[in-house]
Amino acid sequence: MTMLPPPSTKKLGLVIDLDICVGCHACAVACKEWNDGGQFGPLPDENPYGREPLGVWFNRVHTYEVEPEEKHKPAMTVHFPRSCLHCETPDCVTVCPTGASYKRAEDGIVLVDDAKCIGCQLCAWACPYGAREYSEQRGTMQKCTLCVDRIYNETLDEYDRQPACVMACPTRARHFGDLGDPDSAVSKLVADRVGYDLMPEMGYRPVNKYLPPRPRQTGCAAPAAAAAEEPADFSASPLLRWMDRILSR
Amino acid sequence: MHPALSVIFFTVISGCGYGLLFLVAVLLALGPQLLDQREALAALALGVVFASIGLASSLLHLGQPQRAWRALSQWRSSWLSREGVAALITFAPALALAWLLCHDAGPALRSVGALLAACAALTVGCTARIYSSLKTIPAWHNALVLPGYLLFALLGGSVWLWLLDALVGTGRLLPLLALAAAVCAALCAALKRDYWMLVDRGDPVSTPESATGLGRFGSVRSVEAPHTEENYLTREMGFALARKHATRLRVIALVLFACLPVLGATLAFVLPEKSVALHTLDALIAALSATAGLFIERWLFFAQARHRVMLYYGARTNSA
Repeated sequence: MTMLPPPSTKKLGLVIDLDICVGCHACAVACKEWNDGGQFGPLPDENPYGREPLGVWFNRVHTYEVEPEEKHKPAMTVHFPRSCLHCETPDCVTVCPTGASYKRAEDGIVLVDDAKCIGCQLCAWACPYGAREYSEQRGTMQKCTLCVDRIYNETLDEYDRQPACVMACPTRARHFGDLGDPDSAVSKLVADRVGYDLMPEMGYRPVNKYLPPRPRQTGCAAPAAAAAEEPADFSASPLLRWMDRILSR
Repeated sequence: MHPALSVIFFTVISGCGYGLLFLVAVLLALGPQLLDQREALAALALGVVFASIGLASSLLHLGQPQRAWRALSQWRSSWLSREGVAALITFAPALALAWLLCHDAGPALRSVGALLAACAALTVGCTARIYSSLKTIPAWHNALVLPGYLLFALLGGSVWLWLLDALVGTGRLLPLLALAAAVCAALCAALKRDYWMLVDRGDPVSTPESATGLGRFGSVRSVEAPHTEENYLTREMGFALARKHATRLRVIALVLFACLPVLGATLAFVLPEKSVALHTLDALIAALSATAGLFIERWLFFAQARHRVMLYYGARTNSA
């Protein structure tokens, strides 16, 4: 059924902190590893050890340079993980002709039913965030499952019932929780740090939020570099004066 | 967007087929005496064959074609599903019309003809909406795509009916059909000119700044992609045609789908009325040329369309 369900009160999703992401790609690798062997796997690669390997990943980490308009301010490097945002009103669900692409009524997770997917790829065309990647080998569309086979898995310790990408992040730049509950830790984090939506103009109302980088301290890097160029003053100490005389010969 | 041949072939050939069915149906609805039985049956048959070949070709684009029947289920939300349902439903009035023609059922021809015309137009409309409903692709998400698909289907239908009329018909309709083809060709050329101007203007709505949400800190430049090789996204959505080829291909498309058919239509009025062979040759050239032009036009429709996801890979604008 590709009609969207009525809005759920529970909205599971991720909060990604662009201030502290160091761009190590551990989230992407952990995601690939879990989902290759998990309930929704495998995630096959074409030509994995050849010249042009090609394969499905649910999570991709970009790196951007952000150059401020004021030229004296230093540019900022931002590492930017990109994955499915589990939107509230996504077109990737409604364009699906078979009902394979669906949004869960109970928690808002967007999934693909592999047994119904005909591989027409229209859902990938409809997603502006590049969340969906088609597998040539499987002939079906693949996407982030928010590790639905982990987060409800009662055989795991409660702490481990989080998406693999969140568990793997060494800087805790990724947070998982219920963004529909205003009192949840993730909702408070978003409120504190003024988390935002990607491409809000598309109108898909992403559940996942991004926390903006904190303003960089300015005025330290440039003066320190300038100071290094100035000649040192050795006149204060007789020992330094002697050393300067010896070394200047 | 990657121009998949199966999809291009599908939209062009099934467009010609449904255009042909639409024109035969309209003629029969207006006056069953306008077409003789042999010509009407031949046109219905060619229309059904074109539509079927096109639909079969669209299955080649699927990763799991054996499940294609599932695509008929989500007509309440999906234009692709609606297109599939409408395409299949259209076969019913087409076959009914053929049966009625064989059994001389005069009065019913008009109503079934009207039904077939509506179904054929609806099918092509649904095909267009598959593309024009995608907000992620500015070159498709605009008001010119739907009339474009309808007009090009009409052009395809009129040139092929013109050829059939010269081949198996009485020749009575030749001037009318040649004129219809010429008018369609001129309208298509005018619409395509506006469309190409619109596409070239680009898309100021989304930028790398809005895609990343980092615009408040300054201008955003991609310094490192997530992967060193291509991936599905860059192959499927990142296909962009070099601009100089685009200009040349646009001219070639215009010559093939507009100039040559208009020239052929003019000749149809000049050629001696008795010479069936010359008229057939003239119509054949017009039909082949228009269809070839349609292929190039449709190829450009895909190849020049830019997808917003490429903003994450450092695309500066969405312009074609």
